[in-house]
Amino acid sequence: MTLRQLWDHDLAWSFRRSPVTIVAAAITLVGVVAAATAPWIAPQNPLDLAALDLNSAFLPPAWSESGNAAYLLGTDNQGRDILSSILYGARVSLVVGLASVLLAMLLGVSLGLISGYFGGRIDAFIMRVADVQLSFPAILIALLIDGVARIGLSAEAHDALALGVLVAAIALSQWVNYARTVRGSTLVEKNKEYVQAARVIGRGPLAILGSHVLPNVIGPVLVIATINIGVAIITEATLSFLGVGVPPTTPSLGTLIRVGNEFLYSGEWWITVFPGTALVILVLSVNLLGDWLRDALNPKLR
Amino acid sequence: MKKLLFIALLVFSSAVNAVNLRWAAQNDILTLDPHSQNHATTHSILQYTYEGLTRYTKDYKIEPCLATGWQQISDTQWRFVLRKGVKFHDGSPFSADDVVFSFGRIKQPQGTNQVYVTGIKEVRKIDDYTVDFLLEGPTPILLRNIVDFRIMSKSWSEKNRSQNVQDYAKKEEIYASRNTNGTGPYIIKSWEPDKQIVFTANKSWWGKLDGNVTDVVYTPIKSDQTRISALLSGDVDLVTDVPTQDVERLRKDPKLKVQDGIEVRTIFLAMDQQRDELVYSNVKGKNPFKDVRVRKALNMAIDREAIRRVTMRGLSIPAGLLIAPGVHGYEKSLDTPWKYDIAEAKKLLAEAGYPDGFEFTLDCPNNRYVNDEKVCQAIVSMWAKAGIRAKLNAMPFANFIPKILNFDSSMYMLGWGVATFDGLYTLQSLVRTKTTGADGSFNLGRVSDPKLDNTIDAIKIATDPKARDALLREGLLTTRDQAYYIPLHHQMRPWAMKKNVGISYSPDDRPQARFATVK
Repeated sequence: MTLRQLWDHDLAWSFRRSPVTIVAAAITLVGVVAAATAPWIAPQNPLDLAALDLNSAFLPPAWSESGNAAYLLGTDNQGRDILSSILYGARVSLVVGLASVLLAMLLGVSLGLISGYFGGRIDAFIMRVADVQLSFPAILIALLIDGVARIGLSAEAHDALALGVLVAAIALSQWVNYARTVRGSTLVEKNKEYVQAARVIGRGPLAILGSHVLPNVIGPVLVIATINIGVAIITEATLSFLGVGVPPTTPSLGTLIRVGNEFLYSGEWWITVFPGTALVILVLSVNLLGDWLRDALNPKLR
Repeated sequence: MKKLLFIALLVFSSAVNAVNLRWAAQNDILTLDPHSQNHATTHSILQYTYEGLTRYTKDYKIEPCLATGWQQISDTQWRFVLRKGVKFHDGSPFSADDVVFSFGRIKQPQGTNQVYVTGIKEVRKIDDYTVDFLLEGPTPILLRNIVDFRIMSKSWSEKNRSQNVQDYAKKEEIYASRNTNGTGPYIIKSWEPDKQIVFTANKSWWGKLDGNVTDVVYTPIKSDQTRISALLSGDVDLVTDVPTQDVERLRKDPKLKVQDGIEVRTIFLAMDQQRDELVYSNVKGKNPFKDVRVRKALNMAIDREAIRRVTMRGLSIPAGLLIAPGVHGYEKSLDTPWKYDIAEAKKLLAEAGYPDGFEFTLDCPNNRYVNDEKVCQAIVSMWAKAGIRAKLNAMPFANFIPKILNFDSSMYMLGWGVATFDGLYTLQSLVRTKTTGADGSFNLGRVSDPKLDNTIDAIKIATDPKARDALLREGLLTTRDQAYYIPLHHQMRPWAMKKNVGISYSPDDRPQARFATVK
C-alpha cells in the first residue's frame, strides 16, 4: 500500500474530516510519547529516593506566589516533583492499560473463535462462564483476582509480580466482551462458502480459524480494544487508588491521586488535581479515538 | 389512652436522658481480653469497662478505684483494702479472689501486659476484701504501675473457659477476647471489628460519672479524610488521631474546637541487634546493627527537624531520648536529637566497613501513629542520601504487631507511650534484655547490654528518689549514646471536637467518657 493509497483510504478520509478526532489523536500521541520518554524529559527521577528533599515538599505550582520554577506543577508531601511523577505515572498506567487490553484480546478472541466454531459443549461451557462473569462488575472481579493473588503469593513475590497481577486482573475482567463479539461473528462466518471450501480442501480447524475466520471478525475487536484501553487505564487507577493496584512506591496516576487526596482539605490541591486532570485528558482522548474508529468502521452509521 | 400517653412520655423522657458521645479514631482494638495486648487503643477502650485497684484523676494523680486504701507494711509488702459492694456487669460480686486470679492471669507469658505487675512476686488473699502484694524489691511506683492491671471476674472467666490469656500472636480467640465482664462505668454492648464499639453507662456502677455521657459509640475510621469529614458533617462528636495537615483548618471552623496537648509517646525505630545475620538485608554473615558506628550513622542521617516542619507540620518534638516531656526522668537538656550530618554518617559507615551502604527492610505500621508511613518514607529517602538503601514495607498495625512480636523484622517503627508516667517503664520494656516477663517485653530488636540491665534493675528497687533519678538518667543516656534505638520525635496529638463537647485532654491520648460532658 503506498502512502497515496493510505491517504485516500476510508479511514484516513473520515479522520481528516473530524477535528475532534485529530485533537484527540494529537493529545494521545503527546501523552504516549511523553510517557515513553519520561526518563529523558522529566526534570526529576521520582523513583530515585536520594533525589528527594523533604525541605522542598508541598511547594505549590510554579506560577503561584510561593512556587518554585524548578517544580512546574509543584511538589508532593515528600518533595517529589508532580510533573515528573505524572510522566512516570502515565508510563505505568499506559503500560498496564495496553498490556491488559492485549492480554484480554488474546484470551477473548481465542475463546470466542473456539466457542463459535466448535459449538456444542465447549461453546456452552465458555459462554456460561462468560455469563457468570458478566453478572459481576469488572472492578469487583479485578479486586477478587488481586485478593487471591495476595493470599497465594508471599508479600515479596506479590510486590515483584504486582504489575503482572494487575494486568492479569484487568484482562480477566475484560475478556468476555471480546469473546462474545468474536463468537457471534464466527457463528456467521463459519457457514459461509469460503470456510466450507477451506474445509473441503482438507485444512484443519486451527488453520481455518487462524487464516480465514480471524481476519474477517477482527474489525469490531479492534474497536472494542480501543475503547477498552480507556477502561483499563481507569480500572488500574481505581485499583491503585484503593491501594490494591501497583505497589504504593510505584507512581501510577491512581496512586498519585490517592496520595494527594489526603491533602485536599488542607489546601494542597495540586498534589491530586494535576494527576487527576492528566488521567481525565488521557482517557478522554483514547475514548474519543475509539468512538471515531467505531463510527468509521461501521457501514450502517456512515 | 392514658397508658399510651404514659409510654410515650417514658420513651420521650428516656430519649432526653440519653446523652451520646460519638468518638472516632483511627484504629480498632485488637481484642477485648484486658490481659492480652499492651496496645494503647485497646487499653483506652477497655478502661471504660475493666478497672484496676488504682486509677488516674483528671490531672494524672493516683486515686483509689477498686481498692479504697492501701498501706505499706514493709518495703516489699503492700496491703490493699478492697472496695465493698462492687458488682461485675454480670451481677457477681467483686472480691479478693478476683484480684488473685487476675494477677495469675496477667502474668501468663502469652500476654504482653506483665509490665503492669512488674516487681510483684505474689498477691495473697488475707480476707475477702484485703489482699497483700508481696514484692521482689521496693517498688516506689507500684500504684502507678498497677493502673492498667485490670481485674477480671474469676467465676465468669472459669465458667467461660477464659482462665488463660488469649494468645494473640497465634490468632487464638477465646470467650474473653470477644466478650467483657468488668466493674467499670461503661458496659460494652457490642464490638463489630473495624466497624464500631457500643457502650452504655453501667447503672449499678459504684462510682459517679463526672460528666453526663450515658452512651458512647466508638468508630474506628482508618481514612484520615473520612474521619475528618465525619466530624465536619456532624456524624461524630469527637475525633482523636487528627491528621496533622487538617489541624489548622479545624481550628478555624466556628462549629469546632481543638484541644492541644503533648502525648507521652515517643516514636522511634528499632533494629534487630540479636541475630548474627539479619533476616531482611543484603549483608550476609554479620549483623551491621551490632556495630555502634552503623547505629550512629543511621541516627545522624535523619533530618528530624525537616520531619517536624514538613511531615508533622510542627506537631512534634524531635527526640534524642526515648521518653517524652511529662514523663518522670525527662530533662530538656538531655533530649538532644542526633545532629543531622550526612557526611559524618557516610564516614562512620565507611569506618564500619560499609562504604557503599547496605540494604535492609524497614517495617512500618501505616495506621497507628501520626503520619507513620509518611515519616518512614521521608526517612528512607534521607537515608538514601547516605547510601543506606532501606526498603519500606508498610502495613496495617494488626498485621504489623504479630510480625514484630515474632521477631520477624530487621528494623521497625514503633511508638512507646508511658502509661505509668515514669521513665523506668520505657527502659524496662524497651532496653532491658528480653525475658518472658515484663523485662524487655517490647525489646523486640533484642538489645542486650548487661551493664544497662544492672542499672535498670537497680532503678526498680531504688527507694531514695535522688539516687533513683541518677540511675534513671544514666540508663536513658547510655541508651541514647550507644544509639540502641533511633528516636524520632515525641508526638503532639490534638483532639478535635464539636463546640458542645467538654472533655479534659489526657496526655496518654485516651479520652475518658466519664469525664466528658455533652451539652
